[in-house]
Amino acid sequence: MARYSAFEIFRQALSGHKNWPVMWRDPVPKAQYDVIIIGGGGHGLATAYYLAKEHGIRNIAVLEKGWLGGGNTGRNTTIVRSNYMITGNTEFYEHSLKLWEDLSQDLNYNVMFSQRGQYNTFHNPSQRDAARRRANTLRLNGIEAELVDTKEMKARVPGLDYSAMARFPILGAIYQRRAGTARHDAVAWGYARGADELGVDIIQNCEVEEFIRDGAKIVGVRTSRGEIRADKIGMAVAGHSSHLAAKAGLMLPIESHVLQAFVSEPLKPIFDTVISFGAAHFYISQSDKGGLVMGGDIDGYNSYAQRGGLPTMEHVFAAGVSFLPFLSRLKILRQWGGVVDMTMDGSPIICKSPIDGLYINGGWCYGGFKATPASGWCFAHTIARDEPHRFNEKFRLDRFARGYAIDERGAGPIPNAH
Amino acid sequence: MLRIDCPFCGTRDETEFVYGGDASRLRPDMAETSEEVWNDYVFLRPNPKGPHPEYWFHQHGCRSWLKVTRNVVTHEITMVSYASPDRGDAE
Repeated sequence: MARYSAFEIFRQALSGHKNWPVMWRDPVPKAQYDVIIIGGGGHGLATAYYLAKEHGIRNIAVLEKGWLGGGNTGRNTTIVRSNYMITGNTEFYEHSLKLWEDLSQDLNYNVMFSQRGQYNTFHNPSQRDAARRRANTLRLNGIEAELVDTKEMKARVPGLDYSAMARFPILGAIYQRRAGTARHDAVAWGYARGADELGVDIIQNCEVEEFIRDGAKIVGVRTSRGEIRADKIGMAVAGHSSHLAAKAGLMLPIESHVLQAFVSEPLKPIFDTVISFGAAHFYISQSDKGGLVMGGDIDGYNSYAQRGGLPTMEHVFAAGVSFLPFLSRLKILRQWGGVVDMTMDGSPIICKSPIDGLYINGGWCYGGFKATPASGWCFAHTIARDEPHRFNEKFRLDRFARGYAIDERGAGPIPNAH
Repeated sequence: MLRIDCPFCGTRDETEFVYGGDASRLRPDMAETSEEVWNDYVFLRPNPKGPHPEYWFHQHGCRSWLKVTRNVVTHEITMVSYASPDRGDAE
């Protein structure tokens, strides 16, 4: 496999860029592997990559029912941050951000990670107090956080409605400097190329139809491309976790909901950062092509349809326009929906399942993209060592029954409120 | 846009309604003390990829709680009735 470098670009140019090697093979599935990962999105591919790289397990298959990164990896708004306050989330997302910082070098693949910072605005004194508490908690945990007042915000982020007539006057923001965005497809492709190079078989168009059991233990899967067996099977199919787990006889604390995202027509550079509106659910950044990338609330009712409804679109833009009045004159070029696993506390699940041989990674709500590196890293550790790393030991499936929910939002067991 | 056929008001837009979640999970008896039973009710969901029984509250209409069966892939609604068994059209 050719290492990507400036020299390699030069060398390939000599033959008109016609001889670049394929990024990953298209192997025929073997009958037996050490580990099968179900789901060829960012999380599944990262898991395979770290299993091979960190734990020396290379006899792995990643099974993907469609194409790589065709689910939520390719449908998110690409924001990466680690400003989580609740123990369990804090250390996990910070570990993820640290992996992001070296990811392009580690994978020898440019994931276009851009640490352009992220602002969360606040709009009343109690929100300011909450932001200060959050910032203090983050800093005590070694994660940088900065409170920015209105005057400073005006200088740094022009274009927001700072007028006294604003429906929600901006009193300031909590800022994470190391947050940013990355190129979502490149994350899937980079991990796929890295995993393939280490010997992982990436098998696309291979849908898992049912699990094969030997007594109580799960020992393989029956797929659209035949039977494949393995000692350990990990599922990383967030959005469809309940659907797959049901085939194994498990009921999960998850509902599937649809989250929409929007991209505007391309504009000249206006935002060099990521901004989240504090008074309602709305966030925005600008892509390298100039389009404004935006998102907001989930549609609010169970859905496996990879498309959203117009009432939610209107709701999101009502919030957006009250924050950024100029948005009302923009055209939206593209709009799409992704199906997300909404857990009962808004936090993910990475653990061994109650069934021998089956491991679960899911419940990413709408925050899975930023977690991709640490999710794979922790899931690989959990599968290889049969015990969680301390970064994911709180993301247990049984935390709900045991009373250890990780409720970052404080919304209770109401999935559409997280 | 979902259109829900309210048995009292007729067919109305989803924006008049508030979603009330999975209607297959029935609240245990309040004298129930089993943690497992309460865990099932509070946290676990079948979350099927297909027909889904769910509650909707007609907030900006007759203020009835309705029980709706909707396919969560196609959004096709196949059944609407009052949620309360005391109301006439309940199943």
